[in-house]
Amino acid sequence: MLDALQYDFMKYALVAAIFTGLAAPAIGTFLVQRRLALLGDGLGHVALTGVALGLLVNVAPIFTAVVVAALGAVVIELLRMYGRTSADVALAMLFYGGIAGGVLLTNIAGESANSLNAYLFGAITTVSSSDLVLVGILGVVVIALSLGLSPQLFAVCQDEEHAKVSGVPTRAYSILIAVLAAVTITVAMKTVGLLLVSALMVVPVAASQQITRSFRTTHLTAMVIGLFAAVGGLFTSYQIDTAPGPTIVMIALVVFAVAATVGAVLTRTRSRRARVDWV
Amino acid sequence: MTLPTTPSPLAVRGLTVALDGRPVLRQVDLDVSAGEFVTLLGANGSGKSTLVRAAVGLVPFSSGTVELFGTPLGRFRDRQRLGYVPQRSRAVAGVPATMHEVVMSGRLARRRFVGWRSKDDLAAVEAAIARVGLSDRTRSAVSEMSGGQQQRALIARALAAGAELLIMDEPTAGVDHDNQESLAELLAGLVAEGTSILLVAHELGPLRPLIHRAVVLENGTVTYDGPVDAVRDPEHVHVHVHSGRPEKADGFKGNPVGGGQDA
Repeated sequence: MLDALQYDFMKYALVAAIFTGLAAPAIGTFLVQRRLALLGDGLGHVALTGVALGLLVNVAPIFTAVVVAALGAVVIELLRMYGRTSADVALAMLFYGGIAGGVLLTNIAGESANSLNAYLFGAITTVSSSDLVLVGILGVVVIALSLGLSPQLFAVCQDEEHAKVSGVPTRAYSILIAVLAAVTITVAMKTVGLLLVSALMVVPVAASQQITRSFRTTHLTAMVIGLFAAVGGLFTSYQIDTAPGPTIVMIALVVFAVAATVGAVLTRTRSRRARVDWV
Repeated sequence: MTLPTTPSPLAVRGLTVALDGRPVLRQVDLDVSAGEFVTLLGANGSGKSTLVRAAVGLVPFSSGTVELFGTPLGRFRDRQRLGYVPQRSRAVAGVPATMHEVVMSGRLARRRFVGWRSKDDLAAVEAAIARVGLSDRTRSAVSEMSGGQQQRALIARALAAGAELLIMDEPTAGVDHDNQESLAELLAGLVAEGTSILLVAHELGPLRPLIHRAVVLENGTVTYDGPVDAVRDPEHVHVHVHSGRPEKADGFKGNPVGGGQDA
């Protein structure tokens, strides 16, 4: 399997997979905690408009995607805070606007919508060294803030009103979470693609919480599962000659199925306290 | 504390709140003095939850003032002195969390922006959990605890930062008698230590003997403010005014609003 690493593109792909696998669940845990699991998907659609904008103005799509997705994240949080729009309707509008804007701008750029495929489903083997630098920097920022601010972000996502009464700047942190999710999507764009990025933010968390009972253990276990799925999916796709993005997501789903079974068995056979808590 | 006159933990004056253009509170005054246990009674829709939510800054008000420990709400920074205990339904989120983690989030009043837990934080959390009698459930997932235990965990979260004023929104709702007894015991101990309490309730049960003063809200205005003894039967007020239990009795009786004070 390691012979795959003799190719430069596989080395780049591996580094991108490692950052994606760790960063997506690191921020995704907070989205699941505040019951906004689909936010990542909505922002992925918005990022597509960013990609198309990059194609239109001849700027690297990864830059325009991160800017547009981050702006979209701020807008949706402001809508949630001040608007009369409920979260699910705001998300629906992101989905539609993002896809429509992406295809429209691509057409205006004189390209066919097919050129978006690499971004929709991932094209990990086309990661360039300059992409890699950006993916690395953004990945480190997301992981560092998700872990470093975890006491504050936990409080905001656990009980936003109580956090607000305690004086925690809940608005700023809500926007930060959404922006970090947007940045993560850009990091994951080349690995799993915009349509599947939400899976890597949510599925490892859902898998991890089948067998855990503390937030910290759930958070860290989700990152381990994300890393396993991303790296395992990359090598598997090389071996069986499939696209890496869907392979990564399927492995995450298999881990979820196994965890759900183990969790159910733990709950049935022993006491509820049998759940793991190793952190 | 050494000031000759200690400002009241909570002083609300002329508070008027409208939600979606509908007036919910009109010119409400409410005080909680240092060491006092005040209960806020009233029917569903009388505005009592809105009143406490406005008092802690969760609901904007159109006129009036709220002062916490002598400081206007907008400038109040000593957040660790204020312990807010929301309704129990807010205890569980989308990812598992242990009671220890939830109580630890109460310490954020002391490190709102950044910062990880310190030894002081750990000691305070252990003490708060012991205080509410849940030391054996420290590592349990909150979602696996009973309603009464979740309620006590949320009180521990408020106590963890060292709250001097506890504002509790219906802590007795849906809690069985045994848990109400242990809640009464806990609150009696806190009051004895000088903690001030504002408690929103439907019914007082075992808490009744602890309460210094009752305030009754009806249709967004205060209709009674005085000793709880005079509200001889808060459950009576409750049945008359409130549409809850039994669901239809209220409409049948049709008692005039404001009858509460001399019931």
